[in-house]
Amino acid sequence: MTTPKPFAPAARHRLMRLRGLVRKEWLQIWRDPSSIAIAFLLPVVLLLLFGYGVSLDAKDVPLALVVDNPNPDTMTLCGHFERSKYLRPVYFVNMRHAQQAMLRRQVSAILRLRDDFSRENLQRRGTIQLIVNGTDANTARIVTGYVQGVYARWLADVQQRRRAFPPPPIQVQHRVWYNANLRSRNYLVPGLVAIIMTLIGALLTAMVMAREWERGTIEALMTTPVSMGEVLLGKVIPYFGLGLGGMALSVAMARWVFDVPFRGSMLALLAGSVLFLLVALGLGLLISTTARNQFVAGQVAIIVTFLPAFILSGFIFDIRSMPWPIRALTAIIPARHFVTILQNVFLAGDVWPLLLPSMGVLALMALVFLGLSYRKSPKRLD
Amino acid sequence: MSSHLASPDESGSPGASAPGTAIRLRGVSKRFGRGERTVWALEELSLEIPRGGITGVVGPDGAGKTTLMRLCAGLMRCDRGQVVVLDQDITRDAAAIQGRIGYMPQRFGLYEDLSVAENLNLYADLQGVPRHQRPERFQMLMQMTGLAPFLGRLAGKLSGGMKQKLGLACALVRSPELLLLDEPTVGVDPLSRRELWAIVRRFEQEEGTTVLLSTAYLDEAQRCDRVLMLDRGRLLAQGTPQWFQQQVQGRVFRIRSPRLTPRQLQAQVLGRPGVIDAALEATWVRVVVDSPQHARAEHLAPGVDPVEVEPIPPRFEDAFMELLSRDQGEQRPAAINVARSGASRAAKAADSDVVIQVQDLKRRFGDFWAVGGISFQVHRGEVFGLLGANGAGKTTTFRMLCGLLPPSGGTLRVAGVDMRRAPAQARARIGYMSQKFSLYRTLSVMQNLRFFSSAYGLRGRRRRARLQWALEQFQLAEVAGTDSGQLPLGYQQRLAMACALMHEPEIVFLDEPTSGADPVARRQFWQRINALAMQGVTVLVTTHFMEEAQYCDRMAIMIDGRLAAVDTPENIRLMAQSPENPEPTIEDAFIQLILAHRKRQ
Repeated sequence: MTTPKPFAPAARHRLMRLRGLVRKEWLQIWRDPSSIAIAFLLPVVLLLLFGYGVSLDAKDVPLALVVDNPNPDTMTLCGHFERSKYLRPVYFVNMRHAQQAMLRRQVSAILRLRDDFSRENLQRRGTIQLIVNGTDANTARIVTGYVQGVYARWLADVQQRRRAFPPPPIQVQHRVWYNANLRSRNYLVPGLVAIIMTLIGALLTAMVMAREWERGTIEALMTTPVSMGEVLLGKVIPYFGLGLGGMALSVAMARWVFDVPFRGSMLALLAGSVLFLLVALGLGLLISTTARNQFVAGQVAIIVTFLPAFILSGFIFDIRSMPWPIRALTAIIPARHFVTILQNVFLAGDVWPLLLPSMGVLALMALVFLGLSYRKSPKRLD
Repeated sequence: MSSHLASPDESGSPGASAPGTAIRLRGVSKRFGRGERTVWALEELSLEIPRGGITGVVGPDGAGKTTLMRLCAGLMRCDRGQVVVLDQDITRDAAAIQGRIGYMPQRFGLYEDLSVAENLNLYADLQGVPRHQRPERFQMLMQMTGLAPFLGRLAGKLSGGMKQKLGLACALVRSPELLLLDEPTVGVDPLSRRELWAIVRRFEQEEGTTVLLSTAYLDEAQRCDRVLMLDRGRLLAQGTPQWFQQQVQGRVFRIRSPRLTPRQLQAQVLGRPGVIDAALEATWVRVVVDSPQHARAEHLAPGVDPVEVEPIPPRFEDAFMELLSRDQGEQRPAAINVARSGASRAAKAADSDVVIQVQDLKRRFGDFWAVGGISFQVHRGEVFGLLGANGAGKTTTFRMLCGLLPPSGGTLRVAGVDMRRAPAQARARIGYMSQKFSLYRTLSVMQNLRFFSSAYGLRGRRRRARLQWALEQFQLAEVAGTDSGQLPLGYQQRLAMACALMHEPEIVFLDEPTSGADPVARRQFWQRINALAMQGVTVLVTTHFMEEAQYCDRMAIMIDGRLAAVDTPENIRLMAQSPENPEPTIEDAFIQLILAHRKRQ
């Protein structure tokens, strides 16, 4: 785009145009219930849904106990299971009944104590049989861990009481850092902030820009002395504000509704959010340069930004357990870097060596996307 | 309307470039699409528009009017040639030129969720109008457009005419040197159209604004100082309206016969050799012939006696039809005969044969009454027209009549069926052609026809016969394999009509069938309607072209969801008769009705 020198509009005019565009955008946001809903209602609904509804923790998992030969040893072991807050023992007289219960999904695992349990156990050759329903792999792994934990504690107890054997030479003392109670909410909720800001930044921006094309208002805009840079900026500024508002709302809810710890600094959070928001806005604008109706723009924005943010950002699914091509792919997903920043800032504190590279990548992406959408928006209809 | 220009530059050569040139095009070509689908919107177009005055751009659909406007506004770049606007090359200095022009696109570029004042302020900001100048300028614009009482109203809640005026006001926030208006009056009621013209004319005279305006209404071309006529991307002619009229001087006549209705006479005249155009005009048929010798009564209407023929002064439209027929030559399809052999015209039904009975019909959307209690009846074999501006409630009424939209109140019987109770029963007996044609754009013409024939449950021999009928009667055989989305508007309209008539309905609803069509296509369309009515089919049709009302047996004028008048076109026309205006037009009557309506509010 060329701006000829003799008619170069004064900076004052430029400011006037920009102010006009921003004001217009605010008025439109304010009067359009759907953009208010996406910016404020959706974050609340998503947070409540994920904060309360979705939990990756296993609690009160029904465990079938089949004791072939009840004796004091099995009694104390069962007592340990009863006291576990993660497991809920259900007693069965034989394996056949227990298996039927598993088939009907009434129990998630079966623990069998054979009639030689006491004898074998005391000879330190003790084996117990654990059958786990592997349909839900995640729960299966957790249940296995819980059962082993309970069993280990019971064993230690017995040994201590009887002093029959010297204590084992090495004892594992485990501590969970950053999320001591292993509450999945603590890392889901910060990750959600990334999803919410993707929605506001990319989806909303792509749709409102497409709306200008759809309703033909862009045609009238383009015939005024306004430059496309101003038009784009006129979109970026209001939605930037809206995005920060959505973030503040989400962070406040995370902190005070869901009791997610916040160990980092506001500065780090703000820096990361600003950078990510710019990336999302850039993506939204870039989408709208090609998709010129709202429906297509919305679909593209969901597929290109929202879904990857959900699946490939490490928000729910651990990136390290993905096969390497997909792991490599996540490097170009902006939300992945933002989720890293968020989980750090919330749960670990300001770990700058970890934060800075992620912020650097986001800054680069913001530059690329915003630059590309400026380059791809000539002030012409054809 | 008197001309401001002494003599027009008829040569169209760009050589004589006066200093007072507002727009100059040299060998401009613009294409859309690539490869086989390339369409040349403009081809080697050279023209010059002087400063001052109002220059009109007319031409049939697809002539390149909008492309020309957009090129001049710097919204598009031409593929070849040079566009110079206000002495600056638009490809190089677009931003600078845009600071000196005002432009109103066809969809007027208003933000519907912003109020009138907010829209004005936005465009003032964008055009860099200093704040201290605004109150005065806004007041002047609001007073001129009559929008002052509605400053706080959202633009989306304005009527069609008011939206157009606001769009115009936004283009005029800063006095532009050049004002580009792309079909500013389409779909607007006739009074608003006159008001818009008054505003444009006032700016042209008081502020010396050069105006370039495209229009689909040929009577508006007559109000311009100069007219450019485009066809298929080329400049067909240019000159003052008077120059255009001279082209058909002495070849325009009107005829009538007490033996035939104007419609019957028109159908007969159109098929005669040497006849370029025949249109209805009150009780007469207006005829343009290629030479005066073809204007004899015995040539135009052989076997009809008595026939009155008298010469009349030409209008712009007559010249337009003449130039277009000369340009398109044999491409113009000959007169149409839709009537099937053997199908005799059903005797004009008795008054008791009412097929549509509407009583106090109402429809509400939110707190807005789109239709506020209307009553009328339509008889078998009648052509019933519903006239009104955009947003008057025509389409809503049609949708209720077709059982597509439940009414909020009132009773309605179509083909003897209560549409509120059993719409499905009536649907097999009605055909509906919606405004947007409802064709499958990615299917070919034949595939569309097959689909609709099966959707209406046609089978076997009858289906084959109807498909054959559609291809023949609507002259679609040559394009049977083409995707319907690729067809010109005129073909799409024919195809849509064929689809709506596939199952031989008793009643046909046609919603704005002629909107966006050029005069030639519109004439053909009405011939088809005529032929249908002759077969005893009842036709309901909406339009915003006033002169088309003449083609109806009876008509209703709809204003803001209410019927302002229901009668024959002749009686409605005569409502406006006065000593000063002994021969009023339908438009005069419409304007009187709107004035009365506005006074009531």
